[in-house]
Amino acid sequence: MATAHTASHSATAHDHHEHEHHDNFITKYIFTQDHKMIGKQFLITGIFWAIIGGLLSVIFRLQLGFPDMQLEFLKPILGGWITAEGKLDPDFYLALVTMHGTIMVFFVLTAGLSGTFSNFLIPLQIGARDMASGFMNMLSYWFFFLSSVIMFVSLFIETGPAAGGWVVYPPLSALEQAIPGSGLGMTLWLIAMTCFIASSLLGGINYITTVINLRTKGMSFSRLPLTIWAFFLTAVIGLLSFPVLFSAALLLVFDRSFGTSFYLSDIYIGGEPLPNTGGSPVLYQHLFWFLGHPEVYIVLLPALGITSEIIATNSRKPIFGYKAMVISMLGITILSFIVWAHHMFVSGMNPFLGSIFMFLTLIIAIPSAVKVFNYLTTLWRGNLIFTPGMLFSIGLVSFFISGGLTGIFLGNSAIDIQLHDTYFVVAHFHLVMGSASFFGLMAGVYHWFPKMFGRMMDARLGYVHFWLTFIGVYMVFFPMHYIGIAGFPRRYYTWTNFEFSNMYTDLNMFVSAAAIVTFAAQLIFLFNFFYSMYRGRVASLNPWRSNTLEWTTPLHPGHGNWPGEIPAVYRWPYDYSKPGAPEDFIPQTVPLSATPESNLPHEQELVKLEKAIIADEETLLVANESKAS
Amino acid sequence: MSTTATAIGVSPKRGVWGGGNEPLKASYGKLMMWFFLLSDIFTFAAFLITYASIRVSYPAYAGPADQFVGSNEYWPVPEMVFDAIPFTHSVHPPLAFVGLMTFILIMSSVTMVLAVEAGHRNDRNDVTKWLLWTLLGGITFLSCQAWEWTHFIHGTDGGSLITYVNKLGQVVTETVHGANLSVNEYGPAAFAQLFFFITGFHGFHVTIGVFLLFLAFYQSAVGVYERRGHYEMVEKIGLYWHFVDLVWVFVFTFFYLI
Repeated sequence: MATAHTASHSATAHDHHEHEHHDNFITKYIFTQDHKMIGKQFLITGIFWAIIGGLLSVIFRLQLGFPDMQLEFLKPILGGWITAEGKLDPDFYLALVTMHGTIMVFFVLTAGLSGTFSNFLIPLQIGARDMASGFMNMLSYWFFFLSSVIMFVSLFIETGPAAGGWVVYPPLSALEQAIPGSGLGMTLWLIAMTCFIASSLLGGINYITTVINLRTKGMSFSRLPLTIWAFFLTAVIGLLSFPVLFSAALLLVFDRSFGTSFYLSDIYIGGEPLPNTGGSPVLYQHLFWFLGHPEVYIVLLPALGITSEIIATNSRKPIFGYKAMVISMLGITILSFIVWAHHMFVSGMNPFLGSIFMFLTLIIAIPSAVKVFNYLTTLWRGNLIFTPGMLFSIGLVSFFISGGLTGIFLGNSAIDIQLHDTYFVVAHFHLVMGSASFFGLMAGVYHWFPKMFGRMMDARLGYVHFWLTFIGVYMVFFPMHYIGIAGFPRRYYTWTNFEFSNMYTDLNMFVSAAAIVTFAAQLIFLFNFFYSMYRGRVASLNPWRSNTLEWTTPLHPGHGNWPGEIPAVYRWPYDYSKPGAPEDFIPQTVPLSATPESNLPHEQELVKLEKAIIADEETLLVANESKAS
Repeated sequence: MSTTATAIGVSPKRGVWGGGNEPLKASYGKLMMWFFLLSDIFTFAAFLITYASIRVSYPAYAGPADQFVGSNEYWPVPEMVFDAIPFTHSVHPPLAFVGLMTFILIMSSVTMVLAVEAGHRNDRNDVTKWLLWTLLGGITFLSCQAWEWTHFIHGTDGGSLITYVNKLGQVVTETVHGANLSVNEYGPAAFAQLFFFITGFHGFHVTIGVFLLFLAFYQSAVGVYERRGHYEMVEKIGLYWHFVDLVWVFVFTFFYLI
């Protein structure tokens, strides 16, 4: 039956468009509308930003770990930001942490992660020829590019880039006279973020619409790979939360440039009153965190989706609790919108309101724990294959657990009074959101590199990269918890005015050294990535013996993905090691009727329906053909 | 590209969500418009929440309405602020002009519905006619808004005595006429700031809508849609236009009624 069906596919291939466009360099690599190339554009831009963001963090770690160090050697790069005494300029330190945060959260882990894999995988895994609107998709990348250029330029202006922290709270960010970074740098930050939001909305609308409308025959929502579920829900979160950041930013633009006072009230500078009355800086915090908190899940959910896929494939087992995974992602999506004020426990908010937000925040532990246990139970007694992608996925689960546990402390409004704005918070979110998502991104790159470039990345270098990064991340962020509990506040250039604070020196030095080593380890990845792109071993069509649709495309899929008809889907994507089956995986394109030996009783029931559908569609096809001729 | 994926030969036995079809019976373009509007709701909601939070931080005017005088100590009474109509100087019917504006905008939504309905009948002349009426409604609304803004900025003959901090950082007490972003004769500075910001943002949406309507009117008139065989573009722009009207209802409620 399966062979007969395949034959009918190839027989009908001729009446589909020939998808071999003869693109020139510009339409193929620059203004491309092919989702695969756009995904690669996002990836390369994301990698560029990750290097910049990482370098910035190394510079401020030098200041924190080695405050007496002579930084003259950085003068060729940083110029005037190194003072005459060979120290880092304190204002520039603030700009460094601000830009590190902005770049990592938005440019690397939102655009670089979601932009790459939603674009690359959604059409390939649901069986579509491209995104719903290739043009909007192209526009989405170029808005991101424009945003990147503006943000990059802001690094080089005389007053320095934005320096009010990545959250850019007013009044610090609203008043030009507050710090140098609140001048032109802040203006450029706002313009760049506006372009970024436009890019993110164009992309998100496309992802959602594509998943709803362009699934191939048989690809019901209950047969979607968990990656697609994750990208879909991520896009929904972005669609509903980014507009609020846009509103917040627009109001801030007016406060900065047109003399309104939405966020400003009763401010004196040098004894002189400012004319602004009536606004509230806490209003900005509410608006910002209405995006800011869902943003955490925009960053994390795609990584979790990628992990689900890779762990199931490389454990050679069905994902444990597919429905529970979907429901917990839905739960996280909804909860992500109603917990934002846990970032504001100490902002002077009503403590009763704080207790409500604390309650809602702690509920997120439930779906998160469901996901963790499902990963562990999927791994449990599986035939584990430790590919680099698999190692990074397991690393993600590890960070998600160790960083998630400290989230339970921080979610408590009483404990937060002590821990707020200390390095404990920094350690928490760098593990659970930063490193976990980064590991998801890395896992995805190692796993789908063969589909992206038709070649394999070197596994040995991948292992070295993994172990150095995995151990390095813990060396960096574990000691930070202790620094934070002891009371070291974040965003401080120096904290040595008090005798007791000397106890941080050793730990900070250790963290900085570990951070430099971890950053250096990423060069291994960069080498591996670019070398394998040209010189890697040529990949087989389905190197991980995976079930999902992208592995049914040719090695170098053209624009349109499948040369013939788009394959139909007959089963969920997690039929690994099914009892009775000759192979330990059954791709989604194999009909149930072709595998009577491994069908479960309820699947055997469905065979009749499946046959009826196939017969139906053959008839329809013949009818259409005769109509056409 | 995407049109090839909406396969014609899909068995109904697959079910609505079984793939290979459009489960919501809407093309991708229409879905995209819906999702854009969903996100735009959040943009406006953020602005209206901003309005509400600043509004409630001021006391309401407590005295009798007919003795209202502008002051930045309390929030003004909208009926006493928006009580002018063009070409007259003596009558002050409260909210009459903005009521008229609202009526015009809502009528333009009605004509939009008629245009969409004519599109379903593939009636080129009717579509063009109703789009023209809608376009005129939109332009009239924008013109009315321009007049209202002008009047708001120039203010009344008497003005109000307001104490405030001027741009030089000095506390001054003087008679203020009209409104700008730092001081106004009607109420607290935030009153005019929010008025300009939110009605301006809405007006910006209407302006985009007018451009889109003009595009649709032109394309319908020269027969682009007729050659295409369907008037879906009119429907998509219609969704946007209804949304802009709906937002105005909320803006109206917040600024003029509450």
